[in-house]
Amino acid sequence: MINKVVNNIESALKGVESNMTFMFGGFGLSGIPENSIAALSKKDIFGLTCISNNAGVDNFGLGLLLKRKQIIKMISSYVGENAEFERQMLSGTLEVDLIPQGSLAERCRAGGAGIPAFFTPAGYGTEVAEGKEVREFNGKPHILETALTADFAFVKAWRGDTAGNLIFKGTARNFNPLMAMAGKITVAEVEELVPAGELDPNQIHTPGIFIQRILQGKKYEKRIEQRTVRSRE
Amino acid sequence: MSLDKNKIAQRIAQELEHNMYVNLGIGIPTLVANYIPKGIDVEFQSENGVLGMGPFPFEGEEDADLINAGKQTITMMPGAALFDSATSFAMIRGRHVQLTVLGAMEVSENGDIANWKIPGKMVKGMGGAMDLVASAENIIVAMMHTNRKGESKILKKCQLPITGVNCVKKIVTNLAVLEVTKNGFKLLERAPGVSLEEIIKATEAELIIEEEIPEMIL
Repeated sequence: MINKVVNNIESALKGVESNMTFMFGGFGLSGIPENSIAALSKKDIFGLTCISNNAGVDNFGLGLLLKRKQIIKMISSYVGENAEFERQMLSGTLEVDLIPQGSLAERCRAGGAGIPAFFTPAGYGTEVAEGKEVREFNGKPHILETALTADFAFVKAWRGDTAGNLIFKGTARNFNPLMAMAGKITVAEVEELVPAGELDPNQIHTPGIFIQRILQGKKYEKRIEQRTVRSRE
Repeated sequence: MSLDKNKIAQRIAQELEHNMYVNLGIGIPTLVANYIPKGIDVEFQSENGVLGMGPFPFEGEEDADLINAGKQTITMMPGAALFDSATSFAMIRGRHVQLTVLGAMEVSENGDIANWKIPGKMVKGMGGAMDLVASAENIIVAMMHTNRKGESKILKKCQLPITGVNCVKKIVTNLAVLEVTKNGFKLLERAPGVSLEEIIKATEAELIIEEEIPEMIL
């Protein structure tokens, strides 16, 4: 069995450079690669293009990279949960490309699946369609969206094995399996790393072929953005 | 009396049909889940990757790995399923989700909706709204009839950047229930105690009024 394990975050991040394109799994703060982001925020790399559904919050998630002005461009579907993001966007130092969430997911999936582009109805007739090819299928107009890939994809799973196979938990799966496929180098960090053979092959969400490096995450803070509860009556 | 947000949600809940898969947007739409009519089973889809979403968790049982599209902590119903974002939007784009309820800033008489951007203000993004409105079989908008300045949100033509074209089927506001037809907005129901004149006055677009307009039954 091919062994994908790296023993520390430095080895996991080997080869990251300024001006690269990175993908980050996660929806809000759920399922984000916390350890990779924290380590990247300590490196002297700048001019990054980051593809992620959201952009973190102040002092956590991608907010850490924004704070050090390491990101030059964000490709996302929903942003602005943090003040630093807003400041940089309004002052023009941060470029932002907003993409419908389903198109973003599919563009990552396509990138990893060898599909260069696809037609989708999402965004037709809106600003998102500007400059894009429009074609009618079954009497309905669609716009052409192109695939996305990245120099590095950083994903986070619940459990993983030494062969790189991954299992996600709850809604922390989100963009992680799609971005895992679309990275030239995909780094998976996991809450629990086990020897190959311990995970049930029937239960694998992301097969190890898509993962180049797998790492046991040191610690997970798992912040909750909107803690909502009901009373016990 | 014009309806409050809960009453709008309660009226929309009457549109739910047995065995429907439903996606509820943030805001008033979320409240629809509190008013599911007796004897009706529906499953709620949240586009971040869960089908069979349940109520908020009890205090102390929140799980950071289990949230809805509004990033709120949730629970799952028995029989729930989890999936990635591409599969989630396959459900949406592929028309497997039968009803989408969402909020809006403006709706036009041909069914265009604007709900993602106000030029000149901070733009946060469309999230999943464009995918949802481009594909849903049935879209119901839940919103107040007028904006904070008292201006009609039901227009001949949207003034704000649109989210999707020709997609809204029905609108439930604090004043009325409207259907989007080929010929424009058709007034279906009035909020209890709200007069026809009040609705017409609060609406910029033309209204098709074919017969006696009944009050909503809540």
